[in-house]
Amino acid sequence: MNTNEILETINMIDNEDLDVRTITMGISLLDCIDPDVEKATQKIYDKICRYAENLVKTGEEISRQYGIPIINKRISVTPIAMVSGACPGASPVRFAATLDRAAKTVGVNFIGGYSALVQKGFGPGDYALIESIPEALSETDFVCSSINVGSTKAGINMDAVAKMGKIVKKTAELTADRECIGAAKLVVFCNAPEDNPFMAGAFHGPGEPDCVINVGVSGPGVVRAAIQKSGGGCDLTQIAELIKRTAFKITRMGQLVAQEASRRLCVPFGIVDLSLAPTPAIGDSVAYILEGMGLEQCGAHGTTAALALLNDAVKKGGVMASSSVGGLSGAFIPVTEDAGMIQAARSGCLTLNKLEAMTAVCSVGLDMIAIPGDTPAEIISGIIADEAAIGMVNSKTTAVRVIPAVGKKAGEELDFGGLLGSGPIMDVNPASPKEFIGRGGKIPAPLQSLKN
Amino acid sequence: MNKIEKAVITVIGKDMVGILAKVSNMCAEKGVNVLEVTQSILQDMFVMVMLVDITDATDKIADLADAFDVLGKSANLKIHVMHEDIFNSMHKI
Repeated sequence: MNTNEILETINMIDNEDLDVRTITMGISLLDCIDPDVEKATQKIYDKICRYAENLVKTGEEISRQYGIPIINKRISVTPIAMVSGACPGASPVRFAATLDRAAKTVGVNFIGGYSALVQKGFGPGDYALIESIPEALSETDFVCSSINVGSTKAGINMDAVAKMGKIVKKTAELTADRECIGAAKLVVFCNAPEDNPFMAGAFHGPGEPDCVINVGVSGPGVVRAAIQKSGGGCDLTQIAELIKRTAFKITRMGQLVAQEASRRLCVPFGIVDLSLAPTPAIGDSVAYILEGMGLEQCGAHGTTAALALLNDAVKKGGVMASSSVGGLSGAFIPVTEDAGMIQAARSGCLTLNKLEAMTAVCSVGLDMIAIPGDTPAEIISGIIADEAAIGMVNSKTTAVRVIPAVGKKAGEELDFGGLLGSGPIMDVNPASPKEFIGRGGKIPAPLQSLKN
Repeated sequence: MNKIEKAVITVIGKDMVGILAKVSNMCAEKGVNVLEVTQSILQDMFVMVMLVDITDATDKIADLADAFDVLGKSANLKIHVMHEDIFNSMHKI
């Protein structure tokens, strides 16, 4: 019995916000496809309720057994466009309502998978689903939506990019009375992972088994505290080692929880996603880790380099700690969910341009960023196109989750409450990409050789 | 033969008379067998770590954790009961 190790673990949980962020059950709905929308939605509801009946209860039991907070229990499903495409006469919103109802029955706080994969083109079902997103997200509480518009192998579907600019804007407008929350539940991806447990981008990919348990760990506060304790004498090699060791411990905890959940629910274990996911809690911030490495404030020159070190070290530490790593794995930089990013954005140190550069080296993309409500759709499409290009060329996942704050201007604030946090509305470059976006077509997939 | 199931009880708080007695009383009440105890006092702070066998405990570990939590609150102490697997997995390769 090593007292120091025991006390270290307890200190991580009590004082450094260590937690398991989510247990996400992935459920395939491919066997629920039916041309009759009544039957299809009934099958979906029944299957989700049957498989996830004990998910929340089991999560709570594991949490109490190990003394580890498990914050969220969630569900991801097969991209609904694949299921709703079989019912061309019916509105896909019917499926969103079914998912919402099932989520409420089993007690999870988000259900992801109101999604379509259109990197190479739209099917009629995909198109109908995308068109229905604003209505679906405004009429449901827990449904999350994601659209994959590009990949390294397929290139970028610029018709989808143009469309999504309008959809993001309309989704915000339809939920303007609720701080535009609809747009916070909508992600536009390039290279979307099929086993991601984190919302709002989680869906259960078509290559996944019937049902699977994925676990997302967290712990920016623990990494920050470790760097703080090391003092100013460490060079960056030592900091990278320190982050690796910390990430290892965090991930081992996630692996233990994932295996136990898998055993108790009799569902195969999928992956551990070893992401550093910040929360608005003071201290549980990725920005503070970067500042702990010696930046005056997140957003200063040097931020991209510090984030690259952090992102890589987290993966290296985590990979050895789990038998199967997947999802997004790395450091998240969601502005409104991170106390340090909120401060940096308020002070003007952290700008949209810097965030874009950071997304080239972090695990996701432009995440939870409030922009002025009068931003034209083509500028949102331009933001999406830039992010997708970064992801496509660098063979990494990138995503855009921006929230047009209807009726508000740069400098004002949006407040979602809870894990989604709050934050200032950030300035957007007003020069218009309208003609570029209006051209449509595809950006071809990049060459995989001649890498310079 | 059943595998022995172990948990770790940690007690942190301001030092006073009878902490060990309170915690070990509760252990006896709940059928929890104490295997190993280390305790130290650092600047008035009492820190105790107990390794216990809960194979024959009257309650499940989750309920034990709740019971000790109530005891801790009544005596102004922080008491955690956690399955030993968490420490083994986090700190051993």
